[in-house]
Amino acid sequence: MYVAVKGGERAIENAHRLLAHARRGDRNVPEVTLGQISEQLGLAVDRVMSEGSLYDRELAALAIKQARGDMIEAIFLVRAFRATLPRFGASEPVDTGAMRVERRVSSTFKDIPGGQILGPTFDYTHRLLDPQLAEGFVPEEPATAEVATTATPRVTDILGRDGLIEPSPQAAPDAPVGDLTREPLNFPADRDLRLQNLARGDEGFLLAMGYSTQRGYGRNHPFAGEIRFGEVDVEFFAEDVGFAVPLGSIELTECQMVNQFKGSATEAPCFTRGYGLAFGQSERKTMSMALVDRALRARELGEEVRAPAQDEEFVMSHSDNVQATGFVEHLKLPHYVDFQSELGLLRKLRQEFVEANDVEPLQEAAE
Amino acid sequence: MNAPAYNFAYLDEQTKRMIRRAILKAIAIPGYQVPFASREMPMPYGWGTGGVQVTAAILGPDDKLKVIDQGSDDTTNAISIRKFFAKTAGVATTTATEDATVIQTRHRIPETTLGAGQVLVYQVPIPEPLRYLEPRETETRRMHALAEYGLMHVKLYEDIARFGHIATAYAYPVKVNARYVMDPSPTPKFDNPKMDNCAALQLFGAGREKRIYAIPPYTQVVSLDFEDHPFEPYRYNAPCALCGADNSYLDEIVTDDKGGRMFVCSDTDFCEGRQADGHHGSLSAAPYKEKAQQQETSNG
Repeated sequence: MYVAVKGGERAIENAHRLLAHARRGDRNVPEVTLGQISEQLGLAVDRVMSEGSLYDRELAALAIKQARGDMIEAIFLVRAFRATLPRFGASEPVDTGAMRVERRVSSTFKDIPGGQILGPTFDYTHRLLDPQLAEGFVPEEPATAEVATTATPRVTDILGRDGLIEPSPQAAPDAPVGDLTREPLNFPADRDLRLQNLARGDEGFLLAMGYSTQRGYGRNHPFAGEIRFGEVDVEFFAEDVGFAVPLGSIELTECQMVNQFKGSATEAPCFTRGYGLAFGQSERKTMSMALVDRALRARELGEEVRAPAQDEEFVMSHSDNVQATGFVEHLKLPHYVDFQSELGLLRKLRQEFVEANDVEPLQEAAE
Repeated sequence: MNAPAYNFAYLDEQTKRMIRRAILKAIAIPGYQVPFASREMPMPYGWGTGGVQVTAAILGPDDKLKVIDQGSDDTTNAISIRKFFAKTAGVATTTATEDATVIQTRHRIPETTLGAGQVLVYQVPIPEPLRYLEPRETETRRMHALAEYGLMHVKLYEDIARFGHIATAYAYPVKVNARYVMDPSPTPKFDNPKMDNCAALQLFGAGREKRIYAIPPYTQVVSLDFEDHPFEPYRYNAPCALCGADNSYLDEIVTDDKGGRMFVCSDTDFCEGRQADGHHGSLSAAPYKEKAQQQETSNG
């Protein structure tokens, strides 16, 4: 009476065939295209590019389609592809100060050079379900105006000119760029690796960690110095020609938090920084990242490390949703060999309990 | 669109070189966990990505690969990984332990004694034997560096004080080459003695935790214990219902809801081999059991 408990090759094939069927859904409903995903679910694509660490809208859209809209699964698909790509080198640092800004807000100053630019945002919308959107809705053309020619310097640069905020530490120009996908991570980790980890980190996890700092678990008195979203140019220094060549442009969101100050007998007090950066438009992600970045600088700034958000081993070891989901979901895999071993031990302990206490045998069905 | 193109055994050669360097270091320092820059693999973390990367780094075109999970060649994850290498490396695969040059395993060591020239690749979820005693990597690395293993002995002692036995039934800690305490991965402690003085090379890969470690051939591996509470491997006291073996690790199979159960070898290749040699247990071979398909052919 031995029932097949082990899955066969055919069972897997059939399961995947069924998955493909379920992915397609009702075949009378038109199939969604990559263009539709990229254009109409753009923020989903942005998130998959950010946490997938690969700037490619088309591949991200494909991943979302293939993953049936499961974001972490889509991120995983992109990551696995990215891991196989050869590296030619690192680009020149992008200049977010020269960003072609589509949206830019500061909560620290009423007006700033270049102005506050709301851009496309959910902020101030009333969250009422809009039945018009259900089908065939054609929105108005956006309002237009002359392109402003004024520069939009970063708010933190304005504060920095007066020494009111700590200078942003600059790496030596020829120092290698840390990359935790190419080198194993060691603790304590430097800020470049911490920021890379946070940039790849799960938005929900970072949101919760950032939120916890606001509720007193590692409080650091943040102000949203500036959040900007727009396009920047990417350049690559080509050894052969001896100068930087443009590779193209990418969309980025940057958040600079201005936090409680530090200072000492020998050093004038100044604000401190928390930094967030993500592909595409991802304000929740970059703001959370900036809060957590600042919290993780506790050690460097001589603060007591007490809260989870300040603990780099805790944050960095658990921020990655591809790692987390893999390990949580691996509990679905068979564990009967080790379970059997535990079962044997437990039975032995129960047997000894019965003998030692001289009680009736504990209930277990006949074998 | 950038159509993906993949290298032999999936990983690019630079990555393989990096992994091989980590493997060589691991072999040079038996039981020491070498950090490596683990890659995202096309299967989830926790499902064997460490083992898969080690296998990908050591596999050559002439190798013959066997993959087992829970001792069996036909569990779903074993099939999936075997197919992955059959597809990406085109290597021959087998279910026969003695025919394989590389055996990737999750949670078991085959019953058949491994020989020189064979490599056993373990999939490891948590490589750090001290992790559940000390969650911080910075601390545990320091403890290994100083060979400061008192905490582990205290844990085992506390088990004895509380239960009368060491209450670790799998992933039972071992000391390798009289130096490093090592996690054997979640194999039942029944398998621990097989690691000692083994003729095959044993490699351990933990993808999510980014660690590789190794036991070179013929290395001393001792399960931690006390003089008055010596290590004892656990085995359910029954012969295999299919092949009658009384020295193999057994899976318990619940056959009905009235307490009926049977015990069969967890190592399916071992069990089938014995049945082919004419050994029988109390029950004949399973009528509905799905045969592992023709794995002997290459390019499966």
